[in-house]
Amino acid sequence: MPEWITKLMQDFNTAFIVDNRWKYLVEGVQNTLILTFFALILGVALGVIIAAIRVTHDKQYTQMKKGVSKFLLCIGNIISKVYLTVIRGTPAMVQILIIFFIIMASSSNKMLCGIIAFGINSGAYVAEIIRGGIMSIDEGQAEAGRSLGFNYTQTMTFIILPQTFKGILPALANEFIVLLKETAIAGYVGVTDLTRGANIIRGITYQSFWPLLSIAAVYLVMVMFFTWLVGILERRLRKNER
Amino acid sequence: MNDNFIIKTTDLCKHYNNGKIKALDGVTAGIKKGEVVVIIGPSGSGKSTYLRSLNLLEFPTSGTIIFEDTDITDPKTNINLHRQRMGMVFQQFNLFPHMNVLKNLTIAPMKLLKMDKQVAEEKAMALLKRVGLADRAEAYPAQLSGGQKQRVAIVRALMMSPDVMLFDEPTSALDPEMVGEVLDVMKELAKMGMTMVVVTHEMGFAREVADRVIFMSDGKIVEEGKPDEIFTNPQDPRTKQFLQSIL
Repeated sequence: MPEWITKLMQDFNTAFIVDNRWKYLVEGVQNTLILTFFALILGVALGVIIAAIRVTHDKQYTQMKKGVSKFLLCIGNIISKVYLTVIRGTPAMVQILIIFFIIMASSSNKMLCGIIAFGINSGAYVAEIIRGGIMSIDEGQAEAGRSLGFNYTQTMTFIILPQTFKGILPALANEFIVLLKETAIAGYVGVTDLTRGANIIRGITYQSFWPLLSIAAVYLVMVMFFTWLVGILERRLRKNER
Repeated sequence: MNDNFIIKTTDLCKHYNNGKIKALDGVTAGIKKGEVVVIIGPSGSGKSTYLRSLNLLEFPTSGTIIFEDTDITDPKTNINLHRQRMGMVFQQFNLFPHMNVLKNLTIAPMKLLKMDKQVAEEKAMALLKRVGLADRAEAYPAQLSGGQKQRVAIVRALMMSPDVMLFDEPTSALDPEMVGEVLDVMKELAKMGMTMVVVTHEMGFAREVADRVIFMSDGKIVEEGKPDEIFTNPQDPRTKQFLQSIL
């Protein structure tokens, strides 16, 4: 057996087998998935709210009667715009450090900090994806809904949003994939995600080859799996129309 | 006299760019119950804007619209309730592409009138049969021809049992061979006594079905009268010119 193969096998042994070091990676995958999943939920929730405020403001504001709701919408729109500008204008890395070391400095739950940081970050992008999707629906659809007697909210719920979802699914899936990979920086605030797991093994063994290549492969497999899942969902949604 | 009007507009104006563009420039008109009114005019004359302002898809800059004794331009009016009494058919059909025909037809009565699903579907099937589309109930809009889409769109508006139907150039987006099937449905509606306001370029339809023809130009009503009078003996030079150019 050539010497380099023996060396690689020895390294593999040191990196993963000795002291059950592979468990760092299993725990890392778990944490990465938990982090991504809850950050996504928070991000979509935030995104829907922000998009709803922005779209309602753009479509309804001029027609609204003066009153409390118009005032609140105006305030909401300003807050939304500031949020979008700040989040999209600063690095995610900086945002997570700010959340962890300043805003939530008193919290000891690193995972929660990570979820909140990535959720807030993702929400800005999801909001713009949803808003773009709503804007892309032909104005005639809303007019048809309103002409039947549906109010603005009913028209959105029954007619516009169901059509929007299908259109934005690829973009949302992309955002999910970006988020999954971006959680790799969570290690900087102490969340033992997949990347941190590899770094811990590197720290113990002074080896980079196996830990880094293996987590790259794990990220890749996860992304390919989710891409495949979304593809199935898309095909199922499209089947309705033809 | 006044009491006969189901819709009455007084001095209706719609201005854009702070009054530089006057899409509607003081339109006073009334539509009586059971009447079929056809609005004709060159493009940009404001006829579509006028029709769309009747159910407030365009909100007028000034003037009033009385619909069934209610001033719907009054901000206190709940326009959604009144829109339920006014069916509208669009040039581009605007069927909901994510629902099949039956769902397109039943969603509004079920959600807004709280109609039972079974009742709504029976009503939908009965109406579909009348327009010759009973076998397309499960189809999606993308699977229908233009003429079929427009017939479904008419049925969708009828599902709410409206008091008046507004047609905004219902045949303008259709291939010529499909215009007839849509006009036939509209003629039948007229025969049944439905109050209709129709913006169209189909002069044959106007002549045959209309009780009254309104000719609009530059946001104003230039001339109105019985179809015979308008088509055979127009008074205003603009009407003459328009009719000459299209007939």
